[in-house]
Amino acid sequence: MRFIARRLGFLLVALWAALTVNFFIPRLMPGNPAEAMMGRFRGHVNPNAIHALEVAFGVNTHQSLISAYFQYLGNTLHGNLGISLTDFPLPVSTVIMRALPWSLGLVGVSTILGFLIGTALGAIAAWRRGGVLDSVLPPVFIIISAFPYFWIGLLSIWFFALTLGWFPILGGYTETATPMWNLSFVLDILDHAVLPAFTILITSIGGWILTMRNNMITVVAEDYVKMGRAKGLKPRRILWQYAGRNALLPNLTGFAMSLGFVISGAILVEYVFNYPGVGFMLLQAVENEDYPLMQSLFLLITVAVLLAIFLSDVATAILDPRTRNSS
Amino acid sequence: MRLVRSILRVLLRGLRFLRRDKKAMAGSIILFVLLLITAFPSWFTPHDPSAEIYTPGIGLSWSHLLGTTSFGQDVFSQLMAGTRQSVLIALIVGFFCTVLSVAIGITAAYVGGLADDALALFTDVVLVIPTFPLIIVITAYVKNAGFWLMVFVLVFTGWSYGARQLRVQALSLRNRDYLLAAKARGESTWYVIGVELIPPMTSLIVANFLGAALYAVLAASGLQFVGLGNINDQSWGTMLYWAQNNEALQTGLPLWALAPGVAIAVLGSALALLNYAFDEVANPALRPVRAQRLKRVHA
Repeated sequence: MRFIARRLGFLLVALWAALTVNFFIPRLMPGNPAEAMMGRFRGHVNPNAIHALEVAFGVNTHQSLISAYFQYLGNTLHGNLGISLTDFPLPVSTVIMRALPWSLGLVGVSTILGFLIGTALGAIAAWRRGGVLDSVLPPVFIIISAFPYFWIGLLSIWFFALTLGWFPILGGYTETATPMWNLSFVLDILDHAVLPAFTILITSIGGWILTMRNNMITVVAEDYVKMGRAKGLKPRRILWQYAGRNALLPNLTGFAMSLGFVISGAILVEYVFNYPGVGFMLLQAVENEDYPLMQSLFLLITVAVLLAIFLSDVATAILDPRTRNSS
Repeated sequence: MRLVRSILRVLLRGLRFLRRDKKAMAGSIILFVLLLITAFPSWFTPHDPSAEIYTPGIGLSWSHLLGTTSFGQDVFSQLMAGTRQSVLIALIVGFFCTVLSVAIGITAAYVGGLADDALALFTDVVLVIPTFPLIIVITAYVKNAGFWLMVFVLVFTGWSYGARQLRVQALSLRNRDYLLAAKARGESTWYVIGVELIPPMTSLIVANFLGAALYAVLAASGLQFVGLGNINDQSWGTMLYWAQNNEALQTGLPLWALAPGVAIAVLGSALALLNYAFDEVANPALRPVRAQRLKRVHA
């Protein structure tokens, strides 16, 4: 359990670092750009909310930096993220909650699917060394990994939506449909999710394939795999129960480490498809100079990534006794 | 003298390796062509890339190889003129990221103790904070981020992955006999790090440079695509921005939007192919298996 405790400690340090970065960025900018934004708020919001915003962005306060910092930390930890400019006067947290389910659904599902499929393909490729999968997959996905995520999105819009007309071009659901929990609306949502999900899947899967293949190549050379062969175990059993299990562990850590990259790509995919998720909202907040919304979204994305990393650490600890026992 | 000789040896080995490895060969040829375009853009640009004087919105033709934009600019010339910025971003960000990774990763491993713990923690924290949202937040305040600001932000967010890898590798080398021998001879710390510790890690360092360069190309073009770069720059990302904002796909000008993406991918795959080849140098187990060895494995 010391391992879990250490990772929990790391989670807290990383969270604190993200909060701190969030606090200092607007203050480090030449001629604090938030100042102009404050003008748009004044007279419309109660003085308390104005003060909270002033603390968050370092405008017009006679407070020392340190006391502003701690007040900001307190505000954030209490979930007081400020007020959105675009959806005035809704609190930022309310605005974010509208986008969150869309991203969790789209990005969450396609990332996990990508990881599972990629890992399985990588294991098989390494197992049949020199086979079709092993010689085709790595070069193909090396090339694909060099394409910008959003461009794959543009290409699939052009090909599948515009040229073939199979899927809708934009959005998370048909604008004219009434959002209700019935079958046709759910199908409508799925119809809109196919292309963005496909884009995220195709661009993220290559990384998992390559790392799993590389881990697996090392593991297959281990003595206990030879032992398994010598015992006459079925190849399928050696592949998944012996080698695959152990090769998966570093890949799980890799999953945690590359999650940030995947999420970054997903932001642009949402933008290309005008998908009503967190990433699209972030870029819209940038466009509208809605700084409170923008910074809260950055925090939210960071927290989501950090939590996912922590969960994969816990999974590693459960799957690998060595991490549990070592300090 | 010994340093020069070891650099020469690495270069020679590199050349021999290029001849053998198809992936590395393809990667270097592409990179060489792109460098040529970067150095002499006017040789490859048939029309003025920013002139809005041609028939707008035409498709493929001999005078306009990739058609024109809806403003009446020549897409092919824009593509060639945009090469420079992407290549420079890749090389410069790659270079500075590598310098930082080497400095932080190897120092941490070599010094050890509390300093190592602190540097490793710092590296991990930078690594897990999602970079692209952070870059968006920073550039959102600046508006129209120019070249050097983009380089700074990309280096600031891009060094940690390499630092982590290099630290792990250096840790595994740290207590080897030949390093202890150098220390026992009374060599200075810088000598041990520079001449004994870093040369065996060359292939990993090069792989890190290529990885960081690839990251820089993709992140910079993404940033420019959403309009957070300088929208008047001559670059592939900016082309994509204008194409997207003028609905190039919907108005029957797919080449305008698709060509810059292919260009980014060409540069990106050159870097990725080289990276993959260097991975195989660093880890011989990953090299493609020969036919005879294969038979033995399956028998």
